[in-house]
Amino acid sequence: MFLSKTLLRRHTVLPGFDLALGLTLLYLCLIVLIPLSAAFLRTTELTWPQFVDTVTSPRVVASYKLTFGTSLLAAVVNAFFGLLVAWVLVRYDFFGRRIVDALVDLPFALPTAVAGITLTGLYAGNGWIGRWLEPLGLKVAFTPVGIFVAMTFIGLPFVVRTVQPILEDMASELEEAAATLGASRWQSFSKVVFPILLPALLTGFALAFARALGEYGSIIFIAGNMPMVSEITPLLIITKLEQYDYAGATAIAVVMLVMSFILLLAINGLQAWTRKRQGK
Amino acid sequence: MQAVSPSTSPAAAVATPPAHAQVPPNVARATTEPAWVRRLLIGTALVFLSLFLFVPLVSVFAEAFKKGWDVYVAAITEPDAVAAIWLTLTAAVIAVPLNLVFGVAAAWAIAKFDFRGKSVLLTFIDLPFSVSPVIAGLIYVLVFGLQGWFGEWLMANDYKVIFAVPGIVLATVFVTFPFVARELIPLMQAQGQEQEEAARVLGASGWQTFWKVTLPNVKWGLLYGVILCNARAMGEFGAVSVVSGHVRGQTNTLPLHIEILYNEYQFAASFAVASLLASLALVTLVLKYIVERRVQQELKQSQTSTH
Repeated sequence: MFLSKTLLRRHTVLPGFDLALGLTLLYLCLIVLIPLSAAFLRTTELTWPQFVDTVTSPRVVASYKLTFGTSLLAAVVNAFFGLLVAWVLVRYDFFGRRIVDALVDLPFALPTAVAGITLTGLYAGNGWIGRWLEPLGLKVAFTPVGIFVAMTFIGLPFVVRTVQPILEDMASELEEAAATLGASRWQSFSKVVFPILLPALLTGFALAFARALGEYGSIIFIAGNMPMVSEITPLLIITKLEQYDYAGATAIAVVMLVMSFILLLAINGLQAWTRKRQGK
Repeated sequence: MQAVSPSTSPAAAVATPPAHAQVPPNVARATTEPAWVRRLLIGTALVFLSLFLFVPLVSVFAEAFKKGWDVYVAAITEPDAVAAIWLTLTAAVIAVPLNLVFGVAAAWAIAKFDFRGKSVLLTFIDLPFSVSPVIAGLIYVLVFGLQGWFGEWLMANDYKVIFAVPGIVLATVFVTFPFVARELIPLMQAQGQEQEEAARVLGASGWQTFWKVTLPNVKWGLLYGVILCNARAMGEFGAVSVVSGHVRGQTNTLPLHIEILYNEYQFAASFAVASLLASLALVTLVLKYIVERRVQQELKQSQTSTH
């Protein structure tokens, strides 16, 4: 009764608000909020200088640079190719379009460990793809390039799936009007279509970026995991845990958590912008 | 204010045929690209997808059967693999129903009522998706581990959570937490509450309203959420890896078993076990594809009935 009296904005004949919201809040606190707060509370065991020392030590900073840099690069590549794939799937009809459309979600469905060993096998020096790249001087597996490949794989569906519905909903009148007014095909894409897609494109980009930042399973197999060179931040957390350095692991985790929360807020903002653009 | 992932596309959009199909040919020329541009774009997209999707998918199965059928069968029937299969199923069988009940409760509260703090709640429900799986495992170590909040108490009472099955289940519940909720919420919001209100006015009890009106309206959306939730539950690696302790035959799930085999250079066996999970992924995609259309129908029906 307490919940419905204090929170409900208007009276309703539907029952079950207290039960449903009570259950939701209880479960949310037990599974998510209390354990997450543990990470923040446990870092208070460190003094501020200790905390700063831990999260800015050279090996940790090298891992931030690597994780951020490759995530950003992978998200940019996914933004470009994601837009292209969404465009091709919505606008053109070709043999196997539906199968391709269904398979785009593979990175969501395929367990990351499977993706990890598979990509490593493919891009290693003797792999199906690696054997063509190695003679060109491009080593992929066990280098930062491999991390980029894994991050591109796991982030692939995000941009496609955020841009696709907007493109499907877009009225053809807009482009027809642009053509009637004398715009070239490229002009009507860059001046009419692209601005409409932009919020969704940025949302997909941010989602892919956020996912790549925290990714672990698909990367550790292909990365080589050399400290200072190809060691991602999540792996560093695990390394610290295995050395029973709980405070150190938690401090790095808190830095990553704060980053993810900022990104989550940014993504929420972008989605609100997308909805506004769509007039919903 | 929720960060709807692209996986929720059926609730977000109702598919329409390609736009160029509806316009006459003379207009089409002005609103579509020349044939060579079309071919170039399709070709580029397919090359990209081949390199990153199709070739990896094929190679899982190629590597799995490289050393023949006997090695394959031996790899997936040895006792440690069977134990891993069981543990993976156990974790999913516990995690999916828990998140299903939560998802329904959350969707009922959020979609059918107007209350203060709703957008904050929606953001909180999405939190597990933006947390790195490694951190998801870490926070349970901080709570239940030996040096954690309840570590000493658990030790004194001889309960084991971390490096044992309960920890694996908890980590799985965390990473799959939002799937059902975020699938149901937009669907139930779109459907509004008129039908439920009508049922109540006609004398139905709350539970009758829920079972006979609400649930049939969202059953495909619910199934869709369960399919995605299950796929993630069975495939989770990072979070489970932190809390598992990697005891062969006891606390190894299928993804962890793949890692152990791979690190021992038993590549054929590793890919054989991986092919099981890859098959699960393919089944997931097929089911998702079928159910997606039903969800769109559910959404369309709600749109025609409310307008």
